[in-house]
Amino acid sequence: MSQNYGTKRVVTGASYGLRDWMAQRVTAVLMALFTVVLLVQVIFGGPVDYYRWSAIFSQQWMKFLTFVVILAILYHVWVGVRDIFMDYIKPVGVRLSLHVFAIVWLVGCAGWAIQVLWRL
Amino acid sequence: MAENAKPPRPVYRNIHVTDIMSYRLPPAGIVSILHRISGVIMFLLMPFIIWMFDTSVTSEISYAQFTAIFSAGCADGAVPGWFFKLIALGLIWAYLHHFTAGVRHLIMDATHSVSKEQGKSTAIITLALSIGLTVILGAKLFGLF
Repeated sequence: MSQNYGTKRVVTGASYGLRDWMAQRVTAVLMALFTVVLLVQVIFGGPVDYYRWSAIFSQQWMKFLTFVVILAILYHVWVGVRDIFMDYIKPVGVRLSLHVFAIVWLVGCAGWAIQVLWRL
Repeated sequence: MAENAKPPRPVYRNIHVTDIMSYRLPPAGIVSILHRISGVIMFLLMPFIIWMFDTSVTSEISYAQFTAIFSAGCADGAVPGWFFKLIALGLIWAYLHHFTAGVRHLIMDATHSVSKEQGKSTAIITLALSIGLTVILGAKLFGLF
């Protein structure tokens, strides 16, 4: 096979998917980290009631981390569902509608979550 | 004429939805499709997840609403509490599976050590971990211990 990388790469489009592939992993690591940080605070802090639970998210550093994780989820889920739609949904119109639905759904959810977080 | 006697070459085509059941999926394939299914479940239930986050952290009153839905249900018990516990259990499984299968991906990416045997054994570990933890947390959720 002839050389197909570097400056001789055949140009097929604007994107090769590396950015999404990388973003999917970076956001995954962030979410996994968040899971561990939250679990540690829940497990090693005594019985969980409203005050203990809300106090966890009221700490400024936890708000910082949670905010970043909400954005990470937003992007991670977008890449995930978009891949699923691209694999299974062939009619362009239906796929476009589903993409629009996913964006509206995710942006709305992210806004709601951030609103809850910043009220604390 | 010898060429005409050749056995027919195998035909590979895309799997149609109707013949999914006649295909035998290896463990890695099961983990893979469950990764997608668990992702879609969490995507669709995202408003419920945020509702739980909202009510559980906002105030004492909303916290009481949050806990009540899993015991008394909602709409005066028209939708019973166990139904919401079941949804929560579904989310717990989806998260655990997506998490373990995701870590499996990260390990494969980071180590570059991918073999057929490893693919099978790590897939089985993923399924055992996610289902095992789901059973334990489910028992806790439904008050069995």
